Amino acid sequence: MKLGKTAWNLAWWAVAIALAVAGYTIFFVAPRELTMGSIQRIFYFHASTGISAYLCFFLSFLASIGYLASRQPRWDWMAVSTAEVGLAFDTVVLITGPIWAKPVWGTWWVWDARLTLAFIVELLYIAYLLLRRLSTEIDRRALISAVFGIFAFLDVPLAYFSVRWWRTEHPGPVIAGGPNNGLDPRMWHVFAFTWLALLALMILMIRDRYRLEAMRQKVNDWKAEEELGLDVAEGKEVTQ
Amino acid sequence: MSLVRSAATVLAKELRVELRTHDLTNTVFFFVLMIAGLFSFAFSPTASESRRILPGLIWMAFFFAGTLMLQLCFVREQTNDTLAALRLAPIDPFAILLGKILANFAFLAATEIVFVPIFSVFYNVSVGDVIGQLLLVLFLGTFGLAVVGTVFSAMSAQARMRELLLPLLLLPVLAPVLIAGVEATSELLAAGHSVGRVWLSMLAGFDLIFTTATWLLSGYLVEE
Repeated sequence: MKLGKTAWNLAWWAVAIALAVAGYTIFFVAPRELTMGSIQRIFYFHASTGISAYLCFFLSFLASIGYLASRQPRWDWMAVSTAEVGLAFDTVVLITGPIWAKPVWGTWWVWDARLTLAFIVELLYIAYLLLRRLSTEIDRRALISAVFGIFAFLDVPLAYFSVRWWRTEHPGPVIAGGPNNGLDPRMWHVFAFTWLALLALMILMIRDRYRLEAMRQKVNDWKAEEELGLDVAEGKEVTQ
Repeated sequence: MSLVRSAATVLAKELRVELRTHDLTNTVFFFVLMIAGLFSFAFSPTASESRRILPGLIWMAFFFAGTLMLQLCFVREQTNDTLAALRLAPIDPFAILLGKILANFAFLAATEIVFVPIFSVFYNVSVGDVIGQLLLVLFLGTFGLAVVGTVFSAMSAQARMRELLLPLLLLPVLAPVLIAGVEATSELLAAGHSVGRVWLSMLAGFDLIFTTATWLLSGYLVEE
């Protein structure tokens, strides 16, 4: 990475401040929603986390394709980093959704289309991480998790349409939903700001996770070299 | 050799192995029979309740039977070390997968043909009028299960705890098939005589998308 350590630290601080400012604007700048009242304020956080989660999974899908096309380990690191960050964001969606649903729908959990979709996606990417954990050999792991990453993402639109035809109680699209629909301009600004802050957080998390994976690889390489070196020193026959 | 001919050869080989051992079909038949009984003990449904739960039950029974069966399809090759021979064969890697997919589909479809009447008797729901459409729905869903299941079986064959891993990978991906299949079956059993085009196209779409993906990625799946 070209940026120095200080720059990245500064970026983390900037994101922390931006998130705090987003919190302030959500509660004190955005107007109170007419029917739902203050509970609607969770939307800024909930919807933007949701969009970011799906963005992560899309990036993971692209990285998986990148790995299969190039066989460069860095694509595999990117695929796992984005999948893991996406899973964390999706978990936030699954937690904030019920908090909103309890006062508005009267129950914590409804098998509503988008909630169900978020749940299915959560299962898909937990399966992805389990597959990685249980695969032993590194090259093989990268290969099969890339294939699974592609299959999992191809499943998302299918799951989306099946749960949508199955049932939906979720509020329809408010942001681009027709003439009498839409957000108050102030709400728009708060939403856009919150989303940008979360997007920056997402990028920093992916970057750190990616570095961790790269370091792991380096340590593994060193270990392998060390073992090989010891074998040579002891005069054993070096296999492989 | 053309793709179709080599896939047919692999399919014939799978069927021959199965006809000699009956490992898969025996296990799956017994498993589905057991589920049919156990669910009845667990819920002891009345007539109207059976009509409501039967679609979900049929699909869950075949899904679990499928995951049980699919585990063996590549493990069997590994224990006999025959996968290397298949890889060396001068055929399209997709042909190997396609042969296995068709074989797995055939085993599951046979199970369904046998067990739909048995479920119908056990749960006292008549399926005679809609049997053709019901089998169409089941076969479309089962083909999706066979495609994704065979691919994941190839993927997980070398992983640790592969017996546990396969259902964990497979069942979330099959969620759309389960929803579409159960809804279509419910429509058939409740209103009867016709099934929503939406669900049929969802099942067919699933089959099409994942067959295409398998075809595109088959080279990676079969390699060492």
